[in-house]
Amino acid sequence: MQNNDVLINIVRFIVLVFLQALVLNNINFLGYINPYLYLLFILLYPLDGNKTLLIFLSFLLGLSIDIFEDSGGVHAAACAFIAYARPVVLKYSFGVSYEYNTIKIKKADPLERLVYIAAMVFMHHFIMFFLEIFSFNHMLLLLKSTLFSGIFTTIVILCTLILFNRKTQ
Amino acid sequence: MQQIIFFFIRNKNFLLFAVLFVISLGLTIQTHNYHNNKYISSANYITGGIFTFKNNVTDYFSLGRENELLQEENVMLRQELEKLKKNASGPELDTTLVANKFEYFTARVINNNYAKTKNQLTLDKGERDSISIDLGVISSKGLVGIVSDVSNKYATVQSILNTKSRINAKLKKSSHFGSLVWNTKDPNIAQLVDIPRLAKLEKGDTIITGGRSTIFPEGILIGTIRDFRLDEDDNYYYVNIDLFNDMTSLEHVYLIKNNDAREIIDLEKGVEDAEQ
Repeated sequence: MQNNDVLINIVRFIVLVFLQALVLNNINFLGYINPYLYLLFILLYPLDGNKTLLIFLSFLLGLSIDIFEDSGGVHAAACAFIAYARPVVLKYSFGVSYEYNTIKIKKADPLERLVYIAAMVFMHHFIMFFLEIFSFNHMLLLLKSTLFSGIFTTIVILCTLILFNRKTQ
Repeated sequence: MQQIIFFFIRNKNFLLFAVLFVISLGLTIQTHNYHNNKYISSANYITGGIFTFKNNVTDYFSLGRENELLQEENVMLRQELEKLKKNASGPELDTTLVANKFEYFTARVINNNYAKTKNQLTLDKGERDSISIDLGVISSKGLVGIVSDVSNKYATVQSILNTKSRINAKLKKSSHFGSLVWNTKDPNIAQLVDIPRLAKLEKGDTIITGGRSTIFPEGILIGTIRDFRLDEDDNYYYVNIDLFNDMTSLEHVYLIKNNDAREIIDLEKGVEDAEQ
């Protein structure tokens, strides 16, 4: 990671936490659907960056959201998990090109990018809602929340990527 | 020894992940216990400050509606006052000398959620405003929740829209009582369970707090009956209630302190100890 990268990631971390806590948690589309855009930090973390550091930072990211939401440690657990699982998902969605570090998420093939983002988002949401609801009596609610919030988050993340990609070109 | 160190180095990512995951599971389970979420809660200095800042901005958007609510409440209180004046007889009591059983405080809601299964609110009053754990929280329209955690300047409230919440409630007309719970489906509808089948229910009946707890005084409005059915073993009703409160837009709330709570709890505890 270069110095520039470090700075960008610090700013991204702080901006995403504030955006999530102050704006996105209050959307409640159709009563219960919120986008969890802060996952963008984990998704966009440099591919050649330190993986151990990513797991720790993701945990901190999730914990900050938890403190704002009064939800214990559900976001922290889900974030730590997807940070740990990220190399596997990357290999699965981008194939060989990931291993040679030639890929950039912002410039990748749209389909491969969608698979990567959706896989990460749905894993995160499932763990998060499972821990939050914490009961097998509400299985339907769990699946419903995961599906709809997951779709919403994926769309918002894709839109954000497109929006900020244009600017840099 | 070297083997062990190599093992740790090779698996450092997994070990770090496992440790962090267990910590967050611990924090999650801890919040499932009532008012035990001391460290990770929005009643701390930083998040409380940020939420207050946000609220100072967003408050202005709902001023019109808040004024209407206050006016409605003023009208209601004036009517009550007139009734009392009519019934009053004898010399007037000096109200400053008579100790009130219930004390009221006002507070502002600086964070509110209602889309999860365990919802919490954050208020901008804390210990230094003599707020403590287990105070009841109501709005001008009805029940809101119970204080679950306090810091110096802020307090978090376990909303009635929380699967852990269980509040004593009764029918206004017949005093049959049950417990108010929430099935997570709709933020405007709560459920009343454990009403015995002897009770005669009708759609539109008013539900109020029962006064059997040390937290809420009797007769605080909760909602009206939307529909009801008997539960599986046919002994109790399962009642859906339309809440009077719009839990999705709360701005100003009142906290209720029961000055006799300590005494009642101590007494009941004494009885329990004696039975053992």
